[in-house]
Parts: sequence; structure tokens; C-alpha cells
Amino acid sequence: MQKKIIITGFGGQGVILAGRIVGKAAAIFDKLESSLVQSYGPESRGGACSVQVTIADEQIHYPYINVPDILVCMSQAGYDKYRDIITEDTILIIDQALIKLNTPFDCYAIPATRLAEEMGLKMMANIIMVGFLIGITGAVSLESAKNTVSESVPRKTVDINLKAFNRGYEYALDTLKSCRKKAISDTGVVQ
Amino acid sequence: MRLAVLTGEHYITGDEACAEGALAAGCTFFGGYPITPATEIAEHMSKCLPEIGGTFIQMEDEIAAMASILGASWAGVKSMTSTSGPGFSLMMENIGLAVCTETPCVVVNVQRGGPSTGLPTMGAQGDMMQARWGSHGHYEIIALAASSAQEMFSQTITAFNLAEKYRTPVILLADEVIGHMSEKVIIPEASEIKTVSRPKPQGEKEGFRPFQPGENGVAPMPSAGDGYKIHVTGLTHDERGYPVMTVEAQAQMVERIVKKIQNNRDDIIKTESYSLDDAEIILVSYGISARTSLAAMNQARALGMKVGFLKLLTIWPFAEEKVRALATKARAFITVEINYGQIHLEVMRSVAGKAECHLVGHAGGTVITPEQVLERIKELY
Repeated sequence: MQKKIIITGFGGQGVILAGRIVGKAAAIFDKLESSLVQSYGPESRGGACSVQVTIADEQIHYPYINVPDILVCMSQAGYDKYRDIITEDTILIIDQALIKLNTPFDCYAIPATRLAEEMGLKMMANIIMVGFLIGITGAVSLESAKNTVSESVPRKTVDINLKAFNRGYEYALDTLKSCRKKAISDTGVVQ
Repeated sequence: MRLAVLTGEHYITGDEACAEGALAAGCTFFGGYPITPATEIAEHMSKCLPEIGGTFIQMEDEIAAMASILGASWAGVKSMTSTSGPGFSLMMENIGLAVCTETPCVVVNVQRGGPSTGLPTMGAQGDMMQARWGSHGHYEIIALAASSAQEMFSQTITAFNLAEKYRTPVILLADEVIGHMSEKVIIPEASEIKTVSRPKPQGEKEGFRPFQPGENGVAPMPSAGDGYKIHVTGLTHDERGYPVMTVEAQAQMVERIVKKIQNNRDDIIKTESYSLDDAEIILVSYGISARTSLAAMNQARALGMKVGFLKLLTIWPFAEEKVRALATKARAFITVEINYGQIHLEVMRSVAGKAECHLVGHAGGTVITPEQVLERIKELY
């Protein structure tokens, strides 16, 4: 088993932290192997910024990702940079308010930044996105993800971060439910 | 407060793992100057050392940083610094002083693209030869490599142990990718971590000779304040440590510094072997390129090609006996490194014409991909 995840956005959104939460949840709490490489440099403030997380049940040799199993985009520039390497098997996840799609592939969309603004904390968009990512893909277990969120943010902000995580997670469950309903009405088959 | 050994499972960067390895090895002094991509080592040490009663100093530059760890070592503590290419160049003079005065210490070089200030935020493996003879004069040194966060932890401990055992500076060569990459690092119980401390003199203080070698060629080392009369100089010196400007004294001192490493090659040199038994083509690599090589080897094996991999954990002294022995069985060697052929030259020298030697390498800034290596394997197969 190997899952390759790229999360991309612009510097300041907490893209790296989002990746670290997923990687750490897999490595420490799910007892898997995980490697994380990140873009590093002056561009990490305001410019395009990305993190590549590989999760596996065996040793990971090469930590860079050619074709992601999951691509999470939190900025147009990030999406534009990676859209050409994805395939129809890639699970594409976007912040729908920030990205205009021009690929033929389906995607899972969440207005993470707008939801964060509604909660009064725009900077939580990354945690909402992690919740959504885990809800849609099950890349790591729910418990592990929550534990890691709690450990990875300042102590005073644990509750609000967990709330943000749950907001994204529930949005994912609703999304999956409506996908199933749509599938039933399209085909008449209960899957 | 925290313990020196942070037993448990952690998800940390290679740089942080290096700092944790130093603390677990018993390092209590860090003198350094921040530089990308090694800054996180200094940063982590600056947070942790005060909590365990150690000392962290940000020096004015890398020349002073290197001097500070020599002073700390003679004061009796395990000391280290970390840097990258430009700082490593500045440290060269005092690395030579460490060699000449046989001062145990650890220097970590998280390599980035060069020459000069080069590519600050991007990795390379171009300082391999500089680690060997970057300071002037003829000497032998120990240099290690690490290819994962876990190895950054364990190789830093090994670096300290070898520095203490052989009274020599030991260089750990990492690269930007390994330094900044996050992975699981398992830190064992303190009681399970083997640490070595320098041999200390015993007996008469009168007439003590601080550079008179013991059985393995290494002289017991007193600390300043122990009560021994010691003189420490970078000039050619005799066993008392006093400058002696003669051909004989130079020959005696340099030969001993060279032989204490050369005669203990079996103890110092460590490699890891992967599928070498039936290998027709052998990949040789270290650091981040070792991971590329292992991925390429697995891809080649899946295609039915008999490819093996030799990972270098010790860079200097070079594992020439191991490579020479493999050269009698294998058809070709491919060295994989982010430079235009530094360790490749050592492989060629060791193989001595018994097999083909090839290089997959390029300038700094990006890693070598498994596909690049696989392509070369296919060409040769």
C-alpha cells in the first residue's frame, strides 16, 4: 500500500502544517511509514508552496511524487502547476472559491477558506481542508488525524482547531452522501 | 526541562533528528552560525541545550564557531557545530587545527548547491572531497553520510563515538533534502544507546605526555583544569605537545595522525548491502541519492535485471576493500551522486579496471530520479 498526496497553495495558508498533520498521523498514530518533502525557499511566503506526503506500509525509498493519488489545491497557482501531472485516478480536492478548474477530471470541492471566515478564523482553512481530505479519502484514520491536530497547534487553540477539522470532515461526509444519491438517481442502482 | 534522550517515536526533520542524536550522544556544547539548510540543527540545539544544562553559543561567524567547539572539547565536553557549504569552507582552517591537536568534535555539513553561496535552499552533494582534504596538509579524517531522518539521528551518535574514540574531528555529510525532510524517528531508551567517551589519562601528572599514543594509536586526552600540564598547538609538535620544527617530528606526528585512522579502517567503515549476491550491476551511493538508488534497484529487479546496491554510511575513509571485492563478481558499477563524480573517482580507483565504472550525476539543485538511474541500468544491461 502506498498513498501519495500533494497539498499545494500559497505561503501563509498553512499548507506545510496540513501536510505535517497527515504525515504525522500516519507515522505516529496509524503506525505506518510516512515521508514528507516540502518546497522550501523565499517563495514559501506568498508564492506557490507545496508539500508532498507519501504514506506506506513499508519503507519509503524515493520521497518525491511523480503522479499523486491525491492532489489538494488551495490556490489557483498551485492547481495550475500540478494539473498536468494528475490522471483520472487522482482524487482532486479543491477550495472551490479560490480555483477555476480547467481539467476534465471530477473533483471534490469545499469552500474551505469561506467556511473558515464564517468561523471567524481565516487561518483555519488548512485545518478544515485536512478534515475534508480525511473525510473524502480516509488517508489516515479519524482518531489519528484528530490526535495529531491537537498535538500540532498551540494549546490554547486546540478546541477551535478541532472544531475546524470537524467542519471539514462533516462537509466531506455530506459531499459523499450527495454523490451517492446522485449515483442512485443517475443509474437507478443502489451502490 | 527535558531529558537528553527523547525516547519515543517522533515525526521530525532530518535536521531535528541530527540535534536529537547529538543530545543522545552526550553533546553539551554547540557553537555555530545559522545557514540554510542547516539552521534548524542550531535552532533545535538552542532550544534544548539550556534545558539539559548545556551551552549554546551563536558565534560571529563559522571560523569562530569551529574555534569555539575546539575550546569546548579541550574543556572536557562533547561539542559540535553545523553548517552548509559556505560555512564549511570557512571552517576548514580550524578543522585542520582539530586534526593536528587531535581534538574530538563533530561538524555537520547539510550540503547545498555550490560553488560559493550557490543555491542556498536547494540540495547537492558537492562537498564530498572537501570533507576529505579541504584543510591544508596531509591528514586522514572520518566522514559519515545519512540518508534518512532516522540515520541523521544514529549517524550523529556514531560521529560523536568515533570522534571520541579516535580523538579526531568527524564530519557528517547530509544534504538539503535529508535535512528538511520529515520522517518517523524512533529514539530508543537511553540505556540502549551506546556512547563512547575519550580515553582519559591516569597516573602520574608529572612528565605526562598528552600526545603519546595508547594501544590503538590514540593518546589519552586530559581536559583543561584536570591538573596535567598540557600545551596545544597547530605547529608540528612532539608527544609533549611542544613545537618541534624538524623533519623527524613532522614525520612522526603526521604518520601517527594518518595511521590511527588507516589502521582502524575495519572498525570505522560501515556499509549496507542490498541484493549484492547475484548482482551484475552494482549501484553505489549515499545520502538522498541512496534512496533514489534503492528505488531504482527495486524497479530494475522487478524487470528481471540483476542489480544490487551498496550504501555508504562511511564516506572517509573510503570502503575500498568492499568495492574491490565486489569488483571481482560484478560487471559494472554505477555511482549515483549529486555532483559530476567525486565518490565516482574513488569507486574507479578501488575497482581498478576490473569492471566498468559509470556515473549518474548532475549539478546541484535537484535530486537524481530513479528513472534516470533505471535508464542507465537498461543501457548497460
